[in-house]
Amino acid sequence: MNLKDMTALELGAAIKKGEISAVEAAKFSLGQIDKYDEKFSCFVTVQDDVLARAEEVQKKISSGELTSPLAGVPMGIKDNMCQKGIQTSCGSLMLKSFKPTYSATAVEQIMNAGAVPLGKLNMDEFAMGSTTETSYFGATKNPWNVKCVPGGSSGGSAAAVAANECFYALGSDTGGSIRQPASFCGVTGIKPTYGSVSRFGLVAYASSLDQIGPLARSAADCAAALSEIMKKDVKDNTSVKTEGVDLNSVLNYDVNGMKIGIPTDFFGEGLDKDVAAAIEAAAKQLEAMGATVEKFDMPIVKYAIPTYYIIAAAEASSNLSRYDGIKYGYRAEDFEDLLDLYTKSRSEGFGMEVKRRIMLGCFVLSSGYYDAYYRKALQAKALIKGAFDKAFEKYDLILGPVAPTTALKIGENLSDPLKMYLGDIYTVMINLAGLPAASVPCGFDSKGMPVGMHLIGNYFSETKILGAAHAYQQTTDWHKRTPSEI
Amino acid sequence: MAKTTSWETVMGLEVHVELATKTKIFCSCTTEFGGDPNTHCCPVCTGMPGVLPSLNRQVVNYAVKAGLATNCTITQYNKFDRKNYFYPDLPKAYQVSQLYLPICRNGGIEIEAEGGGKKIIGIHEIHMEEDAGKLVHDPWTDSTMVDYNRCGVPLIEIVSEPDFRSANEVIRYLEKLKAILQFIGVSDCKMQEGSLRADINLSVRPVGSDKFGTRTEMKNMNSFKAIARAINGESKRQIEVLEEGGVVKQETRRWDDNKDASFAMRSKEDAQDYKYFPEPDLIPIEISDEFIENTRNSLPELPEAKRQRYVSELGLSEYDAAQITSSKYLVALFEENLAAGYPAKEIANWIMGEVMRMLSDSGKEPEEMGFEYKYLGALIGMVQKNEITRNTAKKVFKSVFEEGCDPVKYVEENNLKTVTDTGAVKAAIEEVVAANQKSVDEYKSGKEKALQYLIGQSMRALRGKADPQTVTAILKEILG
Repeated sequence: MNLKDMTALELGAAIKKGEISAVEAAKFSLGQIDKYDEKFSCFVTVQDDVLARAEEVQKKISSGELTSPLAGVPMGIKDNMCQKGIQTSCGSLMLKSFKPTYSATAVEQIMNAGAVPLGKLNMDEFAMGSTTETSYFGATKNPWNVKCVPGGSSGGSAAAVAANECFYALGSDTGGSIRQPASFCGVTGIKPTYGSVSRFGLVAYASSLDQIGPLARSAADCAAALSEIMKKDVKDNTSVKTEGVDLNSVLNYDVNGMKIGIPTDFFGEGLDKDVAAAIEAAAKQLEAMGATVEKFDMPIVKYAIPTYYIIAAAEASSNLSRYDGIKYGYRAEDFEDLLDLYTKSRSEGFGMEVKRRIMLGCFVLSSGYYDAYYRKALQAKALIKGAFDKAFEKYDLILGPVAPTTALKIGENLSDPLKMYLGDIYTVMINLAGLPAASVPCGFDSKGMPVGMHLIGNYFSETKILGAAHAYQQTTDWHKRTPSEI
Repeated sequence: MAKTTSWETVMGLEVHVELATKTKIFCSCTTEFGGDPNTHCCPVCTGMPGVLPSLNRQVVNYAVKAGLATNCTITQYNKFDRKNYFYPDLPKAYQVSQLYLPICRNGGIEIEAEGGGKKIIGIHEIHMEEDAGKLVHDPWTDSTMVDYNRCGVPLIEIVSEPDFRSANEVIRYLEKLKAILQFIGVSDCKMQEGSLRADINLSVRPVGSDKFGTRTEMKNMNSFKAIARAINGESKRQIEVLEEGGVVKQETRRWDDNKDASFAMRSKEDAQDYKYFPEPDLIPIEISDEFIENTRNSLPELPEAKRQRYVSELGLSEYDAAQITSSKYLVALFEENLAAGYPAKEIANWIMGEVMRMLSDSGKEPEEMGFEYKYLGALIGMVQKNEITRNTAKKVFKSVFEEGCDPVKYVEENNLKTVTDTGAVKAAIEEVVAANQKSVDEYKSGKEKALQYLIGQSMRALRGKADPQTVTAILKEILG
C-alpha cells in the first residue's frame, strides 16, 4: 500500500477496513519525519508516545468504539494549541519551557475522534508573521523549494502536509495564517466562521480574529477534520452553535447554478501575473462546471490592511501582557527590581516582530490615540463586514487570490515588515468580517511554486465552500501534485 | 488667602464589594475566603496561555439586584472592557472590568444629611469586575510571593457622585449601602475580610464656591473608623496646604491609620494609562425587561421600608428602628422572635440593650453573633412567665451570647429558676433578719438604706432567684 499518495480520508477508510493498522500508519509518518524534517523543519516537537497512542486508537477502532472517518490517521498540531503535558511554545523563547496542564478544546475534540498526533508544528512567533521565519526554533522551509518560505504563520502545518510528514494538521488563522501557507505549499486549508471552532486553549494573538481550522491534501479531508471540531464549547464565550459541516454534502456537492463573484479590486497593483492567470483559469473551470462567475467592485479592500493591523496589534498587546516573567515562561536572569524584571524578561523573551506589534498595539490604545486609531478601525471593520453582507446578497461564493504572490525567498520580507503586511491584503478582510474562507490549490507559477485560490463564503457556509472546492478537485489535480523531492 | 475662610470638604466614593457567589466570575473555582495560598485557583483565574473566561451569570444577577436596590437604571446592553496594567498580583496583566457600558447607572441612596434633613447621594454607576490576587512579602527569604486565591473573585464597584460633605455622611452612606447589599444577599460586606472596601476622592473648596478643588484619592480603606479619621486628616491637610498658599496636587495617597496621616503614593503625572478597550473574549450581555421585572419583584423588603414599618406598625422608636434595620442580622434576630410571638417592643429593648452591649464589649459585628436567634425569645418568654428574674435573664444572656448555650437548659442546669415557694423565701429572709440585728435596728430607727441592705442580703441568700418585689414585701412584713 502506497501511503504517500493517500488522503487522510483514504487512509482512515483503509484503517477501518483493516487493510492497514493505525500503528503502521504512525510508523510511516514518523519515517517521513525522520526523512524530511531535518530539511524542512516543520515540527518543533515530535511526541515520544506516538506509537503507544496509535496502538490505543487501533484498539478502539477494532472494538468499534471509534468510528470517525479520520480515526487512526496521523496528524500534527500547530504549536499554539495547548496539549496537556506537551511543550506549547508558540514559536517563542518566551514559552519554550511551557507545558500546559490542559488541552485546547479543538485538540480534545480531534483526539476524541481518534487522531494520532505526531507533534507540534512550527509557526511564526505567537502567530505573528506570514513566513514562519520569526519562530525562535528557526525557519520552516517550503517543500516545493527549500529556498522559499512556506508562508505563515501556520507554515509548519502547511509544509508538513505538503511534505507528507502528516496527513492533515490543525492550524490557526488570524489574518490569513491558514490560507496563505496553504496557498504557498499547495495544500487545502480553511478558516471557519469566527465562533464556530472553540478558541479555548489556543494561545491568543488577536482574540476577535483568531480561529482554528484544518489544513490537508483535499477539501474533503478538511471537511472531515472540521466536522470534528466545529462544535459549541461552553469554555469559549464567543463560541456559537452551528450546524457544523456535513461531509456527505461536501462529497456530493454540485456547483451547477452557483453564483460566484470576483471583486475587481482584488486584481489591482501588486498582484503577480502568474497568480492572476491561475485564478482566472480556476474561474473558467468553475464556469465550465456550471457556475456563473461575475466581477463586481469592492473598493473597501484598501482599508483592510490598516484596519487589521490596528485591531490585531491592539488585542495582541493586551493578550501578550501576561508573559511577564512572573508565573511561567522566560524570566531574565539578572534584574534589579520589578520593572527591570518585566523589561528584561519581555525584551529578551520576545522576538522583533512580536515586539513591533506589541508596541504598535500599545500606541493605538493609548489615551489620546484610541479614538484616532482603534475606534476608527472598529468603524472600518463594520464597513468591511457590511460590504461582504451586501456581496452575499448576490453571490454564493466570492473568488479571488489568497496572496498577491507565490512563496517568497527566505529573508526577502523579513527586513521589510510593511511589504510583508501588504501580502495579507486579501486574507485579513475575511478575519475582520468573521467569514469562512478556504485556500484551494489551483495552479503553479512559472517557477513551479503553487498558487491557491481563495473561496470566501457567507457565515456558516463551510459546507458550501468545501463542497465547491471538492467539486473543483474532482475535475482538477493541482491538489494531488507533490513536491519533486518527496 | 485669609485664614478666616471657611472650607467645605467635597467627596465621592468608589466602593468595591465582593459578591457572595459560590464560584469566581470567569471560572468554577471557589470564592471561599482563606485557604492555603494558590489552592483556590485554576488555569483560567491564573491567566495561563490560551485560556478563556466563561461568565458566571450569578454575577450579572447580583449586579442587577444591587442596581435595582440602589435605584439605578439597568444598562440592558452592557459590555466588559480590559483595563491593562502590569502588576504581579494580576496574572493576565489586565483586569476585566466595565468602562464604556457599565451594567447600572444613575441611582442613589437617601441618607440623613449633616445638620438634619434627608439627602440623596447619587450613584454614578455600578460596574462588574474581577478581583486581583495578593502579594505576600516573606521576610525570611526577603522575597515576594503571589497568592492567586482572590484572583477572579467577582466584584461590583459602586461609584458615587461627589455628593458627600462630611465624614458622617460618608459613614451613613456606607452603613446604608452595606445594609442594603446584605439584605438583598449579594455580599456579606465583611470589611475585615476586605469584601467591602472604599476609595475616597476628596477635595476642599471655600464655602459658597461652585467649583471643585483638586482632588486626591485614598485607596482601599477598610474600616469605618479609619475612613472617618482619613477624611478628617486629609481635608485638614488640604486646607493647610491652601491656607499656606500652596496647591493641592492631584495624586493617590495612602492613609496610614497608625500614624494618623496620609502619604503620597503616585501623582497624576505617573498615573497609568490603562489602555481600556472592549474585552474580545466576552460577548455583550443583554438583559431583558422581563429579567429586570422578575429581579425587582424578587427583592426582599429593603432596610428603609422596614424601618418605616417598624415605627408605624410595630410602634418602635425611630432610633431603635434605625439601629435594628442597619443590619440584616439584627433584623433577622428581631423578626424571628417577632414571628415566634414575642412582643416587638420587648425584643427591641433586648436588642438595643443587652445585644448591643455584648456586641460592643466583645468588639463583634452583628454577623458574628454565634447563638441561635430563638434563644433570645426563650429568655424573654421565661421572664414573661416569671420563671426567671430579669436580672437572671441578663446574666444568662451573657452565656448565650458568649457560648451559644440554650438558655432553658442553662437555667435548669444551674438551678436559676425564680423561687416561687413563698415559704422558702420567707425562711431565707428570716435567717437574714436574725443574722443582721444591727441593720434591723437601724431600719426601725428610720434609716431607709438599711432596708436596701437587707433586701440585698436576702437576694444574695436566695441567689437572685426570687422576685425582688416579693422579697421586699415579705421583708417589710417581718420587720413589721
